[in-house]
Amino acid sequence: MDIATLAFSALYQFGDAFAFLVLSACGLAVIFGMMGVINLAHGEFIMCGAYVTAATVHAGLPLPLGILAGTLVSALVGVVVELAVIRHLYDRPLDTIVATWGLSLIATQGTLIMVGSTMAGVGTPFGSFQVGAYSYSIYRIVLFGAALGVLAALYALFNWTRFGVLARATIQVPHMAAALGVDTRLIYSLPFACGAGLAGLAGGLYAPTMTLVPTMGATFIMEAFVTVVIGGADVFLGTAPAGGVLAVVKSAMTSWQGQLFGQIGLLVAVIIVVRVLPKGISGFVLRERT
Amino acid sequence: MSKSVLRGLRAAALTGTLVFGSSLAQAAENPIKLGVLEDQSGDFAAATIGKVHAIQLAADEINKAGGIMGRPLELVAYDTQSDNTRYQEFMRRVLQRDKVDVVFAGFSSASREAYRPIVDQFNGFAFYNNQYEGGVCDGHMIVTGAVPEQQFSTLIPYMMEKYGKNVYTLAADYNFGQISAEWVRKIVKENGGKMAGEEFIPLGVSQFSQSIQNIQKAKPDFVVTLLVGTAQASYYEQAASASVNLPMASSVNVGQGYEHKRFKPPSLKDMYVTTNYIEEIDSPKSKEFYAKFKAKFPSEPYVNQEAENSYLAVYLYKQMVERAKSTKREDIRKVIALGDVCMEAPEGKVCIDPKSQHMSHTIYLAKVGADHSISFPKTWEDIKPYWLGEAGCDLTKKDPMAQYTPSNPPPKP
Repeated sequence: MDIATLAFSALYQFGDAFAFLVLSACGLAVIFGMMGVINLAHGEFIMCGAYVTAATVHAGLPLPLGILAGTLVSALVGVVVELAVIRHLYDRPLDTIVATWGLSLIATQGTLIMVGSTMAGVGTPFGSFQVGAYSYSIYRIVLFGAALGVLAALYALFNWTRFGVLARATIQVPHMAAALGVDTRLIYSLPFACGAGLAGLAGGLYAPTMTLVPTMGATFIMEAFVTVVIGGADVFLGTAPAGGVLAVVKSAMTSWQGQLFGQIGLLVAVIIVVRVLPKGISGFVLRERT
Repeated sequence: MSKSVLRGLRAAALTGTLVFGSSLAQAAENPIKLGVLEDQSGDFAAATIGKVHAIQLAADEINKAGGIMGRPLELVAYDTQSDNTRYQEFMRRVLQRDKVDVVFAGFSSASREAYRPIVDQFNGFAFYNNQYEGGVCDGHMIVTGAVPEQQFSTLIPYMMEKYGKNVYTLAADYNFGQISAEWVRKIVKENGGKMAGEEFIPLGVSQFSQSIQNIQKAKPDFVVTLLVGTAQASYYEQAASASVNLPMASSVNVGQGYEHKRFKPPSLKDMYVTTNYIEEIDSPKSKEFYAKFKAKFPSEPYVNQEAENSYLAVYLYKQMVERAKSTKREDIRKVIALGDVCMEAPEGKVCIDPKSQHMSHTIYLAKVGADHSISFPKTWEDIKPYWLGEAGCDLTKKDPMAQYTPSNPPPKP
């Protein structure tokens, strides 16, 4: 087997792992990393996005519009959850664990009762291509592209727009932002909706490739939390390098010894990073900069 | 002191009356209690809600026809949530508090091995109505599901003859997957083939890009998929979108998780499954069962193999209780030892093997077509669960309450 085939296969596996980590994590990076709300219902926002996407595609919409619908519905649900529950718990971060865990149980069981134990899949678009002895799914490349796109969009949103500056100011020193005339209540609810929408987007993007069941969110949540924890508070400077590091470790270990060792390697890498960089990768980068 | 003695006497008198009273009522109304511990939520729910419904269907039919020896059948059902500790909790509850006569319990082998010691400890009586990796030699258990000598000894030689002798196994990483993979290895070797590779996937994993590439690298003639749970079922869609295009063989897919209904064609094309029942089986008995099921549960997504196992288990229990004229396990086992506990099930005739307390089955080879329609290229009638008996498990003589595997057979006497 020649070097080019091997290199491409390693790159593809890295991109695949990177896309999964980043897309799982970016919604949580906003809600947990930035806002400090420990959102255990993150997986259920992903499930919501996937279900809405599949339902709209079954109803006849093309897949991209279905994914958009999934994203928007999740964001709307995020607004409602923020208004009804999360808003009252910003000073009590530990209580958000209980509240969002309860929400996640209600969402999983509610979906099971109302929609049933499974939902028919929609099928992966685009087919496959061949490099050397291996064939690859084109859609996985699309997922990698989507992960890069989401990261770029988040960077632009939080660094280049007025909303991004206000949101960061509000979250860092809320009373000072309020004193300067910022409507902090509104600013708090928008990032939450944004995070929920990103989770819905991840669900929508992965819906064609996965089994659709009420518990599907659980398969994302571990990857999402470890990526955000080692990434730290900054959405872009944290999630992107964290996703990169973990994807290298995970894809290399999986290709060497199989899925079990991929997971072990991922968690060992997390322990090492948390031990060496307690404020996460972004904390390290930002300290160097100042 | 005299006071407490008096209280004791009074209590004894009272209980005496109660016992007397209940033995009078027993003949008329005292129900036979059947505990149902199945996963009605969580990762396994898709495959197991139908089992609960099947038990309800059978119980309704039996009660309408006058119950068991004139006693109605009462179900005590708990949702075990695809969680092994729930099984232990609820098994203690049904045996100690609800005092059920028999328990129907378990989907995953991990859950069965979690609750089995509790059944043994409290001297209970349990039915495991699920296909599994085989080898449980325990007088407290009756297994109505199919086992490897029924599913793999038929399937693997068929596949090797049709597609070739290079076999790759992709299995769930827990006792079921590991022991089933051992069976596949053994049968492939006996038939002169070789293992192109093996990978064990932790439960809950849903991303398979690297595993797909490993399979392509090993270039097998077909892949044995022993994937369990809804997360792992994502493999088929991902393999299809990467154009792996290899035939697949399985003892768990289609017959449990109806993947051919859940995924868009053609992701399960050329999947071969050995099962003792699925709703597509075209026989009068099967059609009748399917019609009854759909009449009672019109929104049931699929009537799978484990639903049929659970349904026939209720009727087998009825037959055994009526022949033993007792619900006591030891009396029922005397009936089993006669070796003629059989019934006409939706799949065909089934019998309980007295040595292992497992069941003989009709095994259907189901093939999934490109449009996800099912055809049956081959059927094996009356395949016996012979391995345990031949290996040395004989429950009519000795009850070791253990699980054995090909590499860990029963000790020779």
